Formats: sequence, C-alpha cells, structure tokens
Amino acid sequence: MTETEKKQDFTDRIWDFFCSLKLTIILLLLLAVTSIIGTIIPQNSSAAEYIRLYGQSNYELFTRLQFTEMYSSTWFVALLALFCVNLICCSIKHFPRTWKFFKEPAHIATPGLLKNSSNKLEISTEESPEVVVDRVKDTLDKHFTKTVRSDANGKIYLFAQKGIYSRLGSYMTHLSIIVILVGAIIGNVFGFRAYVTIPEGGSVTHVITRDGSRNIDLGFEVRCDNFDVKFYPNTRRPMEYASDLVVLREGVEVYEKRIVVNDPLFFDGIIFYQSSYGPAGDAIITFNVTDNQNGEIREFSAPLNNRVQLPDGFSAIVTDYTDDDRNFGPAMRLHVINPEGVRQNPIVVWQNFPEFDVRRGDKFSFAMLGFKQPYFTGLQVAKDPGVNIVWAGCILLIIGPFIAFFMSHKRIWACIEQDGNATKVQLAGNAHRNQPGFALAFDDLMQKVELAIKNQSPTKEG
Amino acid sequence: MDSGLLFNLTTIAYFSSMVLYIAFIATKNNKVATAATLAALIGFIIQTAALGVRWYESYAILGSDHGRAPLTNLYESVVFFAWSIVGVYLIMELKYFKNHRAVGAFVLPIALFAMLWGQMSLNKSIDPLVPALQSNWLTYHVITCFIGYAGFAIAFGVSIMYLLKIGKEEKHQGPEPMGGILGMFPPTKVLDDLNYKAIMIGFPMLTLGIITGAAWAYYAWGTYWSWDPKETWSLIVWFIYAAFLHARFTRGWAGRKAAWLSMIGFGATIFCYLGVNLVLSGLHSYGGS
Ligand code: HEM
Repeated sequence: MTETEKKQDFTDRIWDFFCSLKLTIILLLLLAVTSIIGTIIPQNSSAAEYIRLYGQSNYELFTRLQFTEMYSSTWFVALLALFCVNLICCSIKHFPRTWKFFKEPAHIATPGLLKNSSNKLEISTEESPEVVVDRVKDTLDKHFTKTVRSDANGKIYLFAQKGIYSRLGSYMTHLSIIVILVGAIIGNVFGFRAYVTIPEGGSVTHVITRDGSRNIDLGFEVRCDNFDVKFYPNTRRPMEYASDLVVLREGVEVYEKRIVVNDPLFFDGIIFYQSSYGPAGDAIITFNVTDNQNGEIREFSAPLNNRVQLPDGFSAIVTDYTDDDRNFGPAMRLHVINPEGVRQNPIVVWQNFPEFDVRRGDKFSFAMLGFKQPYFTGLQVAKDPGVNIVWAGCILLIIGPFIAFFMSHKRIWACIEQDGNATKVQLAGNAHRNQPGFALAFDDLMQKVELAIKNQSPTKEG
Repeated sequence: MDSGLLFNLTTIAYFSSMVLYIAFIATKNNKVATAATLAALIGFIIQTAALGVRWYESYAILGSDHGRAPLTNLYESVVFFAWSIVGVYLIMELKYFKNHRAVGAFVLPIALFAMLWGQMSLNKSIDPLVPALQSNWLTYHVITCFIGYAGFAIAFGVSIMYLLKIGKEEKHQGPEPMGGILGMFPPTKVLDDLNYKAIMIGFPMLTLGIITGAAWAYYAWGTYWSWDPKETWSLIVWFIYAAFLHARFTRGWAGRKAAWLSMIGFGATIFCYLGVNLVLSGLHSYGGS
C-alpha cells in the first residue's frame, strides 16, 4: 500500500465515522444522558450556594467539569457541534442516492423488478400491443397519475409515480435542526436578555443584561405611566397585572401599549415582557377631615407615617392601612396629635362607612377616601434577531417528519410486449412506505387495469 | 350531572375494558375482544363528555371571563393523559391492529392507573389560574404533548409484549405457531412495527408540543428556550425517540434494543411529566397539589 493510498484510506475512515448512523444514535443518547446533569445541579447559581449544597471539594469538581453552566460548557457545545457535523455529513452522503430518483426516474422496469415485486400482475390478451398500451395508459392516467411511455428492446414500457417529494422528508427534518441552531446562534451573538424595573411614573433608557455584563442603550426611552394589579376575589392571588408603557424618542411619545403577561410590547426589534411587580415605597392614603366646629371639609393625601397639618395646631398621622379589615373593606388607622405634640389614641376609619367616625363626637372626624399603593413594574427586555429563523426551522421540523412518516413514493411500471400471437402485459408497483396500504390500492388499480384491457370497463364500453 | 361522577363511570369502563382484554388473551374469543374495545370506546365517550362538563363547570366557578380548558393542574393533566392514551389507542386499533387486539391488555392498564390515581388521591378543585397560565398556547401545548405521551405509552405496552415474546420465540422450535398466552400476542415482527408506528405518532406530536411550549415561553417570558428542567427533560425524551427512529436503519440496533429504547423513552416521558414536578423544581410546577 502506497503512502497516498494509506492517506486515502484514513480520510475515508474519518468520513465514514462522521457519516455513521451508529454515531448518531450514540450522540443522541449521550446528549440525552448528559442533559440530565443540568436538571439536577442548579445552573448559574452563586459559588456560596453551590458550596452550601455540595461542599467545597464537589464545587471545585463541578467548576472544573463546567457542570454549573453545563449547557454552554465547552464539552456540551462540542457534543452538539459533533452532532451537527454528523448530521451534515450523513445528509451529504445519502443525498445523491435520493437525487437519483428525481434526475433519473426508472422509466424502464427491469425483468427482475417485474418478476420479484410483491405487487404485480401479469395478463395475456389477444388484443394488439398498441391497443393494450392505450388502455393501460388511460386507466393509470385516470386512476393513478400521468404515465410516461418509453419504447425499448422491442417492448413498450409505461411508468408512473406519485409522491416523489416524500423522499425529501428526512432531509427537510435534518435541515430544520441546522436552521434552528443557526437561528439560536444568531440570537445569542446579536441579541440580549435583560431585566429592568420601572416605578410608576419613571422611565429608563438603558438596561443591564441578565448576566450583568453589558449596559445596553435602548435607543429610546420607555416610561411606565401606570401599573395595575387585580386579585381574585378574597385572595392575594393575582388575576391579572398590567403596565401602561409609553415609548419616547427625543422626548416625543411615539408608541404606547398596555402590556399584560402573555402580551408584550414590541418596538424596534426589542420586546418588553410583563414579568413581575412589587411595591415601590409606601401607600398614599387619601382622606377627608371635617372640622366639626365649622363643618369645613378638607381633603388630604399622604404617604403612610407622614404627618399632615390640621387647623388650630393639630396634626394627624396615618400609621396603618389595609385593603380589607375583617370583611368591612378598606380601613386605615390614624392618630391625632394635639398642639402640645401628644399623640392621642388610635382611631380606625373604614372607607365603606364614612358616617361612622362622626359619632365619636370629637373636634375632627375622618373619612377614608382610598389609598394607592405605588408599584414598580418588572420587565424582561429581550432582543433576538434570530427568532424568526428559529420559527422557520420549527415549521420545517413539523412538516419534515410528517412527510417522512406519512407520505410515500409510489411507483407503477408496465411492460407490454408481443408474445407469439398474444400480447403479454406485466405490471408491478412499489411504495417506499406503508406497503400494506399500497398493496390494497394496487390490487384495486389492477382490477381496473384488467377490466380495461379486456375492454369491460364501464367507461370503455361501445 | 357533575364531572366527578362521569369520571368515575369512565374509570369503571376502563377497568371493564382492561379485564375484557385480558379475558380475550385467556379465552381467544373474538367476541370478548369486541366487548373490550366497546368498553374502552364507551369509557372514552363518557370521559370526553366529562371533560366538557368540567370545562363548563370552570365557568360556573370562576366566572364567565375565567373559565378554562381542564388542562391546568396535576389532577386534570392525569385525567387528560388517560383520555389521550385511550383515544390514540382506539384510533390505532382501528387502523393498525384490528387483528391483534391483545395489545389492549398492555395499554388499558396505563390509562386505568392514571384514572384511579386522579380520582382517588388528587386535589380536584377548580382554582383560578396565575396570569402566566392564562394563554391559549397552554391549551395547544398540553394537548400536543399529551397526544405525544399517549403514543409513547402505547409503544411502551407493545415493547413489553415484544420483549416477553421474543425470548420465548427464539427458544421455540418447529414450524407450528406458539400456543398459550404468548401465542395470542401479535408476532414479534408485527409488534416491532407497531412500536415504530406508535412512536411515529408520538414523535411529531412531542415535537409540536416542544415547539408550542417554546412559542408560549417566547410570548410570555421572552425566551423560547431557557434549559429549564422541564424543557430539558422534554428534549431528553425527544433525543431518545430520535435515537429509536434511527435505530431502525442500523441492523444492530433494531429489535430488542429498539424495544428497550422505547421503554427507556417512556420512563423518561413519565419523569418529564411527573418527576420534574414532584422531584425537581422549575417553572412548570402544577401548583404543588
Ligand atoms: C435530533 C436529530 C434528528 C432528528 C429529529 C431526525 C429525524 C429524522 C426523521 C424524522 C427521519 C425519517 C425517519 C424515517 O424515515 O423513519 C430521519 C431519517 C434519517 N436520519 Fe435523521 N434525524 C436526526 C438526526 C440525524 C443525524 C445526526 C443523522 C446522521 C448521521 C441522521 C441520519 C438519518 C438517515 C440516514 C435517515 C434515513 C433517511 C432516509 O433514507 O429516509 N439523522 N431522521
């Protein structure tokens, strides 16, 4: 063996390795098994958390093996890359064989095919070959699909095929996986994921990525005008929460949308998803104060624990509130402070019973009007320029297996020849999938062909 | 009529069907097999009605704006799992194995077990949904995933039959067909093919389930994939069945190994469905009930 032959042999073996289906199965199972690791060991936690859970030495082992962010680890990505190489090589290797069905359809049935096919028919008839050919062709054209005639070796051949595109189903499936991965890579390289909180009335122009590595200029300003949360009756379970967002460019409002969970705002390729919320500072309570000496009523709004000035040197301070006090509805607790600065006993005032406090018969009576809890809205901010490629891949991934599994390439051949005084007709057919189904259809078709050849087909009468 | 009663009737029908399928194997009487199919069909129809009634009940309980398809908590998903299995089984029986109905004896028990578990020990209350779950994607996602799981459950039952039979068949000498209980099982070649056919239904549905889940995650959280344990496990299941499909093309991996892969795949499916919620934690907790 010469040097070049040896080299040839070596590259062939590498090529075969990358094309091998055994490698595919092993890689798929290896991906399945290794993926489990990341579902057991929490990903991207802090060092302290790992040490608390697993101890120092295990933690060191995990970082060395990259188990703490394994889905982006060198070895896992390498496994995925090898898988892609396998997929591509395998497709390149098999494609020419598939392409042959398109480029060189087998118009002429070999004797072996006619003899050994599991779906076949053989008839002898007195009619002349040309008449028979027409009858067979008409029947196949009508009940199967357009036939192609070729004359060779003194015989007449017919060929018809359906569903040749089903041969491409597996390629489409394999391509879809590559497309999805390309889309994912584009999204990872050119996109970002961030989280930002905006208090009601506040706005942001920059967001910090989730991993804290980049501060991204949005190129516009986003303001949260209002945040609402609705709860299921008598519970603290949120039913729905929503933020009124406004997009501004150079101070001009250009777009606005009320976003809820599952209905984000899209602007300029950047998407804002409602993701969480929380209280931003103390509630602001609004209440009326009636001066019972002159009947004068004044309205006050104050945050919790902030003193408000009443007439004649008195003041008041709201120290607590609730949205539901023992099923009587919203209530607040306040103290009056006299001009000497002495805090009086607490008074409870219910919003739904504004007349109540008058009965106390004091200098002032109070009526609660409402309270407003200011919130911040928590938004996921993301930009993913690869996402449409991913969806395109997903559509291929749905259609591809469907074609591969449920469609089949069906072919029918006929060979008609003079055989002494008679005409011999041979037919054969095959399908590359669902053979039982095809066998039934073939038998049915052959009955029609037989009737036509004997000129007994109802459509051929007269 | 309330859905609880209908679900109990369903359970009784599935139990009868299972007993009849087993009786069919013992008696070899085709009338018994027909009765078994009929019992499964009646159970399936009652259960379909029950699901409709429960859907309607959710509007009565949560108000006209907040009713939802009964697919949102562990109880509802277990019951829907049983429904999917029997539905896919009946279609496959009609289409692919009218003459091999012994398979029912290995599939109906899975559906029955799900119904019993749901009816006897899970919390059946209809609770309001957190905002993240208020999405039509949830319905598409759950339905496609569970039809996928159902295909795998049937493949699992068939694989057990294959492995039970193949060992005996290899030892069996002579041309006469095998007698006894195993003789009532479909031939191993047919079982191997049915295993493949069931996965051919399950695999594209799981693919669709993963994709609808990704689309939903994208519209709710902004990332279509985040390697959350539930997502990762669904991918693990998908990898295993992809390996199964390709195992057919290499001789060394067909037959026994394929049957084992199918069973391992179903184990992973069950872990993906239940284990992740009950053992691991993540985004998909079924409210812990
Ligand atoms: C997760 C990844 C993959 C998926 C989802 C997938 C899916 C499929 C599907 C649905 C089929 C059609 C199955 C059938 O006809 O029964 C198929 C066929 C096939 N796959 Fe894959 N595949 C994957 C990876 C690979 C890889 C990496 C290779 C390469 C080594 C490969 C090689 C093949 C071959 C050779 C066929 C048969 C093609 C034919 O003649 O129709 N597959 N694949």
